[in-house]
Amino acid sequence: MNIHEYQARELFQKFGVASQKGKAAFTPEEAEKAAQELGAEQIVVKAQIHAGGRGKGTFKNGFKGGVHLCKTPAEVRHLAEQMLGQTLVTHQTGPDGRLVKTLLVAEAVDISRELYFAILFDRETSGPMVIASTEGGVDIESVAEHSPEKILRIPIDPFLGIQPYQTRKIAAALGLRGPLMTQASKLFTALYRTYIESDCTMVEINPLVVTPDGRLLALDAKFNFDDNALYRQPAIVAMRDKAEEDPREVAASEFNLNYIGLDGNIACLVNGAGLAMATMDIIQHSGGKPANFLDVGGGATKEQVSAAFKIILGDKAVKGIMVNIFGGIMDCNVIAHGIVDAARETGLTLPLVVRLEGNNVEAGKHTLAESGLALLSASSMADAAAKIVAAVAAA
Amino acid sequence: MAILVTPQTRVLVQGITGSFGAKHAQLSLDYGSLIVAGVTPGKGGQFFEHGSHKVPIFDTVEEAARQTGATVSAVFVPPPFAADAILESADAGLALVVAITEGIPINDMIRVKSKISGGKTRLIGPNCPGLVTPGEGKDSLGGCRIGIAPGYIHKKGNVGVVSRSGTLTYEAVWQLTSRGYGQSTCVGIGGDPVNGTSHLDVLKMFNDDPETEAIIMIGEIGGSAEEEAAEWAGAHCKKPIAGFIAGTTAPPGRRMGHAGAIVSGGKGTAEGKIAAMKAAGIAVAETPSVMAETLLQLWGKL
Repeated sequence: MNIHEYQARELFQKFGVASQKGKAAFTPEEAEKAAQELGAEQIVVKAQIHAGGRGKGTFKNGFKGGVHLCKTPAEVRHLAEQMLGQTLVTHQTGPDGRLVKTLLVAEAVDISRELYFAILFDRETSGPMVIASTEGGVDIESVAEHSPEKILRIPIDPFLGIQPYQTRKIAAALGLRGPLMTQASKLFTALYRTYIESDCTMVEINPLVVTPDGRLLALDAKFNFDDNALYRQPAIVAMRDKAEEDPREVAASEFNLNYIGLDGNIACLVNGAGLAMATMDIIQHSGGKPANFLDVGGGATKEQVSAAFKIILGDKAVKGIMVNIFGGIMDCNVIAHGIVDAARETGLTLPLVVRLEGNNVEAGKHTLAESGLALLSASSMADAAAKIVAAVAAA
Repeated sequence: MAILVTPQTRVLVQGITGSFGAKHAQLSLDYGSLIVAGVTPGKGGQFFEHGSHKVPIFDTVEEAARQTGATVSAVFVPPPFAADAILESADAGLALVVAITEGIPINDMIRVKSKISGGKTRLIGPNCPGLVTPGEGKDSLGGCRIGIAPGYIHKKGNVGVVSRSGTLTYEAVWQLTSRGYGQSTCVGIGGDPVNGTSHLDVLKMFNDDPETEAIIMIGEIGGSAEEEAAEWAGAHCKKPIAGFIAGTTAPPGRRMGHAGAIVSGGKGTAEGKIAAMKAAGIAVAETPSVMAETLLQLWGKL
């Protein structure tokens, strides 16, 4: 789950992480008022969408740029009028762009140094890890690749949490001395609390800046949250903006289906995450292109199978469907009935290849054969992939 | 011999009165496994009845283990309470805890893993199908089935199977059984990024197990567990290994169903894992359809 920049700032305020002054605005009037309250010499106005590349983006109304610098509340209002309610297209949004419903109106700060600071879940140590670098404001992965000596990694004990000596060690490595070291200790400790208490898997501050007047501020942030912990994070769940997500994925999540849209034309419906990935792989191996990842889970119901078909068919790029079920415990005949009903309900006309294996498989195959549907049965995963690729190529 | 569990292993089920736990406790009893106790706080003194089986239910794991001699626990407890259930079994001194539960928060598992590491309790999972040591009977009845795998697809034999994915394990097992090759033990280590037992841990056990003659290792994108296992196997494993890695076509930065199945920062790619396995002399199946075939070729059986 992702959150907007203004929501990240709300979390910072809650946990006491220092960042520049700013406020979210949903109307031009609110934007103007926010600018008045800031009383800053320079103000930055930023369109709030999840995609990157906002500064260089263009609105569909022709207005250029999703990020603007200005000086007066009147200018802020004028900018807001051209941005709010408009669709912003950036290199990450695709041609459809994203509707801008919110602006962040913030104090524009002068920067003397740009640093990098992140806390993330590290698989190798099975615990939290701090990553810090003097090279902020740039892509940290390229820093890691070209000058790994500039990256500091400090594992954090999950029972102790981040310790004051560790925050000083990081501050020293970043060249934050004197009063800045005290500010750094406070900021790093507050950020660790944010990370743990919000069940994050990553909080990345890039850049963490030092201003000419000696302030240390978290200027931009990226959060990742642990989906497994959302049940105990209602405040985070409330920040979810479904309009920013792939509508197919939103629909799937309502039926507890695991769906990820891809750009191929052969859809697949599978039980089990590993098998679902392997099914995408074998479609590609056979010369096709998978349109999605879809795991209906171990105990899929008829309703879920039906919902899965509708979501798959909602993707206009899809030219054929491969169903791959290994029914260990689940009854293959129940799945077969689910497929037949879903195909009838949706008036399916695309090629459909079904591979069933496991519990009560003969009855399941019989149900499919007797259905009168123009589907192809497959004897193995490889056979199914070959058949659907051929059928889509012939169509 | 098999590894971890034998048909004589005495098993308790935490969460035996929940619908998921109850269903799979019944299937394990039908398979012939020794499910000797259930644990549901507040229901101690009641019984879990299935056919001719009458399994006593206890309030705590400690009581269940002491009174029934159970040494292994299967955890079917819902995610908010699962970390506590694992710690309770470790505290009771069980040898093995198999956590089936999917969806345990990462921060909970970090603390559990940190707490129990170095102790005498081994954890398998969470978010795993469990493990099966097939029995001698028809459809491998009489074996030890802990978790949610279908028992009947197994056959007693000499191939060890280890995997992060449930259905891909069943796929491999079924391919082996259909060709007449049985399994010593099949272990699902789970799809979460923080788990108790790794591919490497299981490979070492298979290597030391006289009954295991060949191994299938199934992995997927994310993390570096497969690379570590492959590196060790190349230097130390005496037995033929075939492998498969799922997720060649998975887009980077997306979590593919399993919490741990994600390529991030260019790490954990299928290509990297496949290359590491090949470098270690592991025969990597081109597609999941030929996992058994790939092993049998390497093993000189085809």
